[in-house]
Parts: sequence; structure tokens; C-alpha cells
Amino acid sequence: MADLITEPNLADVDGFYERLIAAHAGLDDDASRQLNAKLILLLANHIGDNAILDTALKLARRARDGSD
Amino acid sequence: MVSSYTHPRYAAAVPPELSDGSVRRVPVVIVGGGPVGLAAAGEFARLGRETVLLDEDDTVSTGSRAICWAKRSLEVFDRIGVADRMVDKGVVWKLGRLFHRDREVYNFDLLPEDGHKMPAFINLQQYYVEDYLVDAVTALGKTDMRWKNRAINLEVLRDGAARLTVVTPHGQYAIEAEVVLAADGVRSPIRTSLGLDFEGKVFEDRFLIADVRMKADFPSERWFWFEPPFHSGQSVLLHKQPDDVYRIDFQLGWDADPEHEKKPEVVIPRLKQMLGEGVAFDLEWVSVYTFTCRRMARFRHGPVFFVGDSAHVVSPFGARGGNGGIQDIDDLCWKVDRVLKGETPAALLDTYDDERIPAADENILNSTRSTDFMTPKSQASADFREAALEMAADLPFARRIVNSGRLSMPHTYRVTPLNTSDDEVWAGGPAPGAPALDAPVLAKSAPWLLNHLGHRLVALHFTEHASAVEPFAIDGVETVVVARQGQASRATTLIDPDGTVFRRYAAHDGTVYLIRPDQHVAARFGTASMAAVERARDRALGLVHDQQPRRAAGA
Ligand SMILES: Cc1cc2nc3c(=O)[nH]c(=O)nc-3n(C[C@H](O)[C@H](O)[C@H](O)COP(=O)(O)OP(=O)(O)OC[C@H]3O[C@@H](n4cnc5c(N)ncnc54)[C@H](O)[C@@H]3O)c2cc1C
Repeated sequence: MADLITEPNLADVDGFYERLIAAHAGLDDDASRQLNAKLILLLANHIGDNAILDTALKLARRARDGSD
Repeated sequence: MVSSYTHPRYAAAVPPELSDGSVRRVPVVIVGGGPVGLAAAGEFARLGRETVLLDEDDTVSTGSRAICWAKRSLEVFDRIGVADRMVDKGVVWKLGRLFHRDREVYNFDLLPEDGHKMPAFINLQQYYVEDYLVDAVTALGKTDMRWKNRAINLEVLRDGAARLTVVTPHGQYAIEAEVVLAADGVRSPIRTSLGLDFEGKVFEDRFLIADVRMKADFPSERWFWFEPPFHSGQSVLLHKQPDDVYRIDFQLGWDADPEHEKKPEVVIPRLKQMLGEGVAFDLEWVSVYTFTCRRMARFRHGPVFFVGDSAHVVSPFGARGGNGGIQDIDDLCWKVDRVLKGETPAALLDTYDDERIPAADENILNSTRSTDFMTPKSQASADFREAALEMAADLPFARRIVNSGRLSMPHTYRVTPLNTSDDEVWAGGPAPGAPALDAPVLAKSAPWLLNHLGHRLVALHFTEHASAVEPFAIDGVETVVVARQGQASRATTLIDPDGTVFRRYAAHDGTVYLIRPDQHVAARFGTASMAAVERARDRALGLVHDQQPRRAAGA
């Protein structure tokens, strides 16, 4: 799992989490999904490293499946 | 039938086999006179080789099919001597516009760089391309064109040659060939008679393709809409062609009923909605196509080489079908010619698969990704598409995500036994396997670099001053000198007054590029020795198989 930071890395994570939830306030499910999709594309472009993104994809998928 | 173009009828003579009952053996038979088969005949003729071309029909493509011809295809057509006519007739375009719902989200320029003889793309109906190719091939006088000759069977003989059974209005005959190019299209009867088929993934969607004739002032651009107000939820592509003909592709979705969709009473209201009630137009052609992306496992089967749609098919967004097929014959013809001449071991022919299978995979990959973007197959896929399209107007990064077709580019043969890997780090220039880049030159003849390459091995030798270089004298390689200064006093001396060639090739005094007969780079040397160029020549011709690790050049 090279290079993807999985140790705590964000200052004031509670604050970010609150703002993330707040960003979805008042949105219906469609609009909420839109927001998430845009967010992912924006951040992926910012990260700009396919190895890191691939690791993140794998990790996110594993958590959901409960398998590798 | 279209009203803007009259289909020629080519005379179908009685084949000699039918008058004298003989079975001839010829070096090369090309089955199929579509763009790919005809281009092969032209390329062989330019190499000095006679061929027999069989086509089941006696005219050019009837339907509404390929319209976009890419720069690389035009460069191949230029080698055959027919590109100027196509460019003159065609609609030159390089700007694409992208719309989402009711607004333009961005536009892109395909070839912002000047100094290439051929434009990035032209739009020209497939029947014109075939028509002009037939004229060019006829004028070259090396091709025995047999119209209304349908190959119905192919058998590989014990000695490795092929025997074709051919049906004509005058009767049936057999002909044998050392090499057969199966350019007989997506349904390829030759493929069937060898018991072969396509393999791999199939991605399907249905599109209504309409060619309409109208006086309208749409500019010469590619316009693509995602979910336009006039075709809800789907995508639409508009392209301008010569003769006031416009190509419009409507995505129909998988549930559509093709027979219903192509009825004029369904098509015309759809078009009116798009073009506006006031615009008068005539329908030239309407058809519903189901597009897939697939290929054969291998393209060479003994003496038979599958080229073009018989070997691989893609969806048309990206114009990779016909253009990919032209690159097939670009790769193949010189190899066949050399092997038949006995100059090169037959193993050279296997490199057709080495080079063109990765190329087909690249085309399939690009077409599949475009199709997936256009036809999202899950909610998540639809969500990300919507997100990208929404952001594309304001945020440049999102424009790169939007995929309305990745337009045909020539494939770089990165992994091929014919390449000699770079032995130094290059700051630019075409790597081994890449097609040579065009540039303007001062010369005794054509003022474009690419016109001085092709049909033979060339050592492109860069030098400061034309008179200061002693060109390499290497067997089987013609040296063409590119000099910054001096006179183009010989046919093989080119002057590069503003340094464009030097820049595009990242060259300096003493640099040599070895360029194959198909204008792809085989090797390059910052400072060349004759011995090194000779070794690269032997590799490029498949004369040696030293075990150079097959690694990506320049990687
Ligand atoms: C709607 C649409 C749009 C497209 N747009 C583009 C585009 O913009 N750009 C692009 O590059 N490509 C495009 N394509 C793809 C392009 O049309 C094909 O890739 C191209 O025609 C392939 O050329 P070909 O010579 O391999 O086969 P074909 O054009 O199919 O020619 C095959 C030839 O073989 C002959 N033949 C068949 N069987 C026999 C037989 N048994 N004996 C003798 N002759 C035979 C046929 O008469 C025909 O002349 C498009 C396709 C479609 C359907």
C-alpha cells in the first residue's frame, strides 16, 4: 500500500467532517451523489498519482466487500 | 441512394481463368475493394508489386459509413498519390465543440501545430475515398481489378499457399496465391471459411446514422451533444461533409427498435427538432447500426492476413475503424513485398501480428472507454459523467475526463522485434516504433519531409551544413540528408532553414534516424556509426533475431 497515507494526516478532522456533512445539507439523494462524484474527481485530479489512487480504490472497495 | 453522388459502375471483365480454364498462382490476392483493400493495392503498386484484387460488387461503398479520415491515413494516401484529391474535396476540420444539455461546455483544437502537409482530419464520404483510390490504383496500372468477383472459399494448400474459389456472373473459378489479404469487411467470408471468428468483449449500443443534405451554416467543426434538449437523455454528433451533406448520429439506446427508428416518419421529426422547423433538408441516407468492439485472436493465419474490419471492429466514435485499417496495410505491404522478393526471411510476416494486435487493442480500448462514457452502464457511471460534464465548462481538468470519442492516432510500435532501443536518453522526437513526423523542408522536389520517406529504408542524417557531411553508404538504405544550411543540390538533400525538422526530431549535428518503408522509426542515434545503423537495418528487416530484451523503447 505504497504512498497512500492511511495514518491521520488532516488537522481538525472533526471540523472537516462536519463541513463535509454540512455540504450535503438540504440536498436530495441525486444532488448528494453529484456532490460526492464531483468531490472525488476534483480530489483525484489534485492527487495526480495513479498509484496512490489505485491503492485508494482498492482500499475503499475492500472495506465495502469485507474482502480483498 | 444518395442524391449528391453518382456511383460509378466498374466494368466486370471475364477473368482469364474462365476463358482458358487454367488455375493461376499469383504472389498476392487482395479480397475486398473497400478502403483498406484498395489502399493495399495502391501501396503494393507503389512498391512495384502487381496484385489481383477481387470485389464482389462493381461499385464503391453504398451506405453511410466512414467520413472522418485522420492525418496518418492521409499520409498513407499521399504515398499512394491520392491524398491531395481527397483533401481538396474533403471538409478540413480541427475544432470540436462539446455541448451538455443546452450549453456549450468547451471546445478543442486537434492540431494546433503548423508545418504538417496533411490536416488533422478531413471529412469525406467513404464512397469518395474508394472512388479516388480506384482511380489512383487504375492509373498505377499494377492491379488486376476484378469486379463482381466474390470469393466464397479459401483453402490453405500443403505447400503453404492459398487457393481461393471465386464466383462471377460468368462462372466460377479457382486462383492460388502465396499471400492473401483478407480485406473483406466485418462479415469476412474468408474468416468464416477458415472457421475463425472475433473474440473478446462486445460493447453494444444502437445509433441512428442520418446523412442529410441542407443549406445550413454550421461551421466545419465536430459538434457533440450530451443529453441535448432535442434528444432527451442521449447523445448526438454532427459532422459536416462535402456537397452540403451533414452526418448526424443519434444514440438510441439498447432498447430501440431499429426498424421503427429508421422510418422517415420517425426520423424526420427527430431531425426537425434538432435543426429547427425552418430548416429545409433532404434525407440522403438513414441506417441504424449496432456497434461492437472486437477482434480476431490473431490476424495472420498462414498465407492469409486479415486487414481492416475483417480483423477488428470498433464503434465509430474516434474514427478508428477505417483509419485503423489503413494503418494495417501500411504495416503489412512492405513486409509482404520484401518476403515475396526473397530479401527477408518469412518470419518478418509474423511481426504484422506483433505490431498490429497491440494497435487494435489500443483502438478497442479507446473506443470501449468512449462507449462506456456515452452509455453509462451503472448509476455510479452516470453520476461521474454528470459530475465531469457539469464541471467541464469552468474547470479545465474536467474537460479531459469528458469522453465523446478519442480521435484516431497512429499507433506507436513500442514492443516489436524490429525496433532497436534507444541507447541514450532523448529529449523528444519520435521514439522507435513511432511514425515519422512531418515538417516543411526546402528540396528539389516536394517541400515536405514525409514525401522523402517511405517505400524503402531511409537513414535520415542530420547535419549543420549540407556540404559538410559524407552520407553513409549502407547497402539497402538510402541516406537522406537534413541540413540547417546549404543547398538542396541533390534529390536526397533537404534544407531545414528554420530548424523545424531538427526540433521535431530533437536532432543535432550527426544524428541519424533509421526510417522504415512505412515511415515508422526503426532506430535513432544521437551520434551514429555506420556499424550501428547497419545492425539496426538488419533488425528492422527481420534479418537478425538477437535476443535484445523486448522492452518499451524510451521507457
Ligand atoms: C456508421 C459508420 C460510421 C463510420 N465512421 C468512420 C469514420 O468516420 N472513420 C473511420 O475511419 N471509420 C469509420 N467507420 C468504419 C469504416 O467504415 C470501416 O472500418 C471501413 O469501411 C473498413 O474498411 P474495409 O476495407 O476493411 O472493409 P469494407 O469497407 O467493409 O470493405 C469490404 C469490401 O469487401 C468486399 N467483399 C466482401 N466480401 C467479399 C467476398 N467474399 N469477395 C470479394 N469481395 C468481398 C465488399 O464488397 C467491400 O467492398 C464507420 C463505420 C460505420 C458503420
